[in-house]
Amino acid sequence: MSGMRASVSAERRQPAGEVTAGGRYTIRAEGVRKLYGRFAALDGLDLTVERGTVHGLLGPNGAGKTTAVRVLTTLSRADAGRAEVCGLDVRAEPEKVRARIGLTGQYAAVDETLSGRQNLVLFGRLFKLGRRGAARRAEELLEQFGLTEAADRSAGQYSGGMRRRLDLAAGLVLTPELLFLDEPTTGLDPRSRNQVWATIRSLVGLGTTVLLTTQYLEEADQLADRISVLNRGRVVSEGTPDQLKSVMGADRVEVVLRDTDDLDRAASIVRAVTGGPAEVDTDTRRISAPTVDRVSALTGLARALHDAHVALTDIGTRGPTLDEAFLHLTAEHGDATRTTTEAA
Amino acid sequence: MTTHSSPGPVQRAGRADDAGLRPPAAVPVLPLRPPTTPLARLRWAAGDGWTLTRRNMTHVVRAPEEIALYFSLPIVFVLVFGYVFGGGMAVPDGGGYREFLVPGVFVMTMLYGMGATATAVATDVGRGVVDRFRAMPVARSALLTGRSAADLLRALLETTALVATGLLVGWGWHRGVGNALLALSLVLLLRVAITWVGIWIGLVVPNPDTVGVIIFPLAFPFTAISNVFVAPELMPGWLGAVSEWNPLSATAAAIRELFGNPGVAGDSWAGEHALLLAVAWPVLIIAVFAPLAVRRYQRAGD
Repeated sequence: MSGMRASVSAERRQPAGEVTAGGRYTIRAEGVRKLYGRFAALDGLDLTVERGTVHGLLGPNGAGKTTAVRVLTTLSRADAGRAEVCGLDVRAEPEKVRARIGLTGQYAAVDETLSGRQNLVLFGRLFKLGRRGAARRAEELLEQFGLTEAADRSAGQYSGGMRRRLDLAAGLVLTPELLFLDEPTTGLDPRSRNQVWATIRSLVGLGTTVLLTTQYLEEADQLADRISVLNRGRVVSEGTPDQLKSVMGADRVEVVLRDTDDLDRAASIVRAVTGGPAEVDTDTRRISAPTVDRVSALTGLARALHDAHVALTDIGTRGPTLDEAFLHLTAEHGDATRTTTEAA
Repeated sequence: MTTHSSPGPVQRAGRADDAGLRPPAAVPVLPLRPPTTPLARLRWAAGDGWTLTRRNMTHVVRAPEEIALYFSLPIVFVLVFGYVFGGGMAVPDGGGYREFLVPGVFVMTMLYGMGATATAVATDVGRGVVDRFRAMPVARSALLTGRSAADLLRALLETTALVATGLLVGWGWHRGVGNALLALSLVLLLRVAITWVGIWIGLVVPNPDTVGVIIFPLAFPFTAISNVFVAPELMPGWLGAVSEWNPLSATAAAIRELFGNPGVAGDSWAGEHALLLAVAWPVLIIAVFAPLAVRRYQRAGD
């Protein structure tokens, strides 16, 4: 389905008569390094993003997501490597790059003293829409993003969700070829988050390519066609959400015991039921094991432990947490590096 | 990266349910075409600069309490120094102290505007508004020229308020309207120079709060060791010399001369060429700090 959508949007873009530069890829970065003092925020970043897709950049705090966005949006200059956005070298032709992209999120704020409407008119004027054009576009965006009623209040008085919507609207005064969304839902309540998600989904229909940075696996899963996992300034894994989840390890079934004495006995039951290795945490009396079929693992385990008279305080299944995924992926990445070194 | 094959999760299929968000209507699509000829670039830069000037002026309209504060400070200075300390203050030519004081307060007001400039710039940088502008097809100079122009307009308001206050307390100009207007232009020229210092400070400090902490210790010595409140002849020799070469003193001495107010500077070189220095100092300050600020701004991301 997402493949189909990508081709539809590619077609929509063509009739505009615009020769779209860069061919199949909207972003191509190779070996990008960015140093802050001796700290390498980006340490050889390779990234390709296909035109008309939503690409997730997933990683923990400090992984280099924001630095990557800053380099690609011409806000920072890379110390080494090459980066092309819309077929243009960000270092050689930053002005032309800026004329094609939109940036919203964490670090691209709106003016908090101005009202929502004044903000949008300001951005419209800076996008050379002219006085009337900017005013008309501001009205449309306010309406579209459900901000008409709050239009004349200072953006500083907006709720988190409203501000984020205004921020998105400001990034869409003109439809960009490539939109950068830097942690668009960090700190939002679930309702506002869903609103922002819905907005992002509707954008894709316009043929805009989206680069989305997020700390949340779920968000990347919900929105992205492909995901690159970033750690310490490098992409450590890349693929569709499904591919990535399978790399990140299976779902786990987990039990918490009432009595420490039962740990050994329970661990062997868990091993027998799931057929896999069980992880035992003595302090929290927690035993967990990977599983392919969550439902049968859970019911089977509940029955077996009940029959063996092991008292539980909790039982359940959970997907791999991002922490686990990162441990997994970075460990794997480290191995790969070591192998290459040995081979060489 | 090979083929783009596997379908994503089902939930993604275009649900525009929440909050009645509709897909954006047909809108002009980027790219804009950046100007290529020098003249077109200049027009582009001027247009963006003016847009951002208006943005900064809108701030004044939306947060008038701030400007009220800035208006009240010089007025308080005129009243406190003019009436409370005025009796004890001597003026070399024997003129009235308030006639001597008001031009000094003009100059002092311009200097303290530096705090407002630096705070505004640091706030923009801190909140990420600057990053947004910098990632847009907006002339790089626009944010700084917009700030400078808005602060000049604001200084014009402040100066007007001060002229009115001055007239109320018995100050006046005695050498014709032409000279008086020339004097006011010198005041505004000084303000432009100070604005660029303020912009640079705003870009250098880590956050707006720092500005509040450093600006007074930075600015106060400049007003204290100058001819703003006391004629340099009345200071100890070396202090008087420092005071005469102070850029603030140059402007204050020059405008006293042009207004025909007492306290025309002494017979030192600096004193005799006050008019020249009142132009040279600000030009020099702009020549140093404007490029510094622009460079700093261009590298703000690194």
